[in-house]
Amino acid sequence: MSESFELEIFRYCPEQDTEPFFKSYEVPFREDWVVLDAINYIKDEIDGTLSYRWSCRMGVCGSCGMMVNGEPKLTCSAFLKDYPSRKIRVEPLQGFPVERDLIFEMDDFMNKLTEVKPYLLRKEGEEKPLEEGEYLQSPAELAHYKQYTLCINCMLCYAACPIYALDSSFVGPAAIALAQRYNLDSRDQGRNQRQEVIASHEGIWECTFVGECSVVCPKDVDPAAAIQRAKVSSTLDWFKEMMIPRSKGK
Amino acid sequence: MTTYRKPVSNTWWLESKPYFFFVIREFTSLFVAGYCLFLLVFIAKAGDSQEAYATLILSLKSPISMVLHLISFTFILYHAITWFNLTPKIMVLHLGEERIPNALIAGAVYLSWGVVSLIISWLILGG
Repeated sequence: MSESFELEIFRYCPEQDTEPFFKSYEVPFREDWVVLDAINYIKDEIDGTLSYRWSCRMGVCGSCGMMVNGEPKLTCSAFLKDYPSRKIRVEPLQGFPVERDLIFEMDDFMNKLTEVKPYLLRKEGEEKPLEEGEYLQSPAELAHYKQYTLCINCMLCYAACPIYALDSSFVGPAAIALAQRYNLDSRDQGRNQRQEVIASHEGIWECTFVGECSVVCPKDVDPAAAIQRAKVSSTLDWFKEMMIPRSKGK
Repeated sequence: MTTYRKPVSNTWWLESKPYFFFVIREFTSLFVAGYCLFLLVFIAKAGDSQEAYATLILSLKSPISMVLHLISFTFILYHAITWFNLTPKIMVLHLGEERIPNALIAGAVYLSWGVVSLIISWLILGG
């Protein structure tokens, strides 16, 4: 008989259940299977009612983030063979409201992402006409923010952040890292527009530098560093404003 | 749509090792603040008179004072080391396209710490 692997999966159907529960499934154990393969097997062969998100299966789309044994993981990159007890518990990413089974509501994150304006902004009247071509940038200027461009919006960082779990008004790691990505871009002039959200109490100052967001990030974006760097810049802004009151907005 | 939100327990910081060490790091800041306060009061009192100075110095040598100093020193050391190790995350420096390695930044902080400690020790003990 082939070896098996047990998955205890969080189930919640709002039309039927008042409380969530865990259901166990036995799947075949295969060396080359990731957790997502096992969940796909359950969906295809055992229980078609199981709901979850996934797409690319190669660590790019950021859709298949779940809690595996209490840790936020991209299930397409978490191998079954790395769990020698041959048993795991799979839950939706923590800190978010659960809609059904392993699917959670993403609206809060999407709204926050929109609020920080994660795109190039130019000051009024300083946009280059199209015929003048691109805004040029040196490799050294690119190096300042490149790391933050790697974010795939998987939200593992939010699931790892106890501050977000305790107070969901916190703008959160990925949104701040993306704001910082544009703030550090030499072609961008929109930092002042983002500051209203970033430097607010719900922004960088809510972060107590637990640092787990950076530990779980599958793309080494290091959102914790982005937040601390934004704190330094905002503190310098405050000092400048105190010393030269008319410097605000420059 | 009805959604379910998992409640956060009051013991969330005991549920994972990194959360626990984070809370310990924050807790040790009380010892940093407390010892700063103690030093300020000590200096103010010691300046009152020669006798007050002598009495305070003697009280520092008591077993209770020694134990409290040892506890404070341990926590303050833990606090300092954890923050020094986090410095490279806050101080991101580039030399052209290359990022200055984290170990170099943390090393510079430890070196500065050592130099300042040596100067202060020399001022107190040998100066």
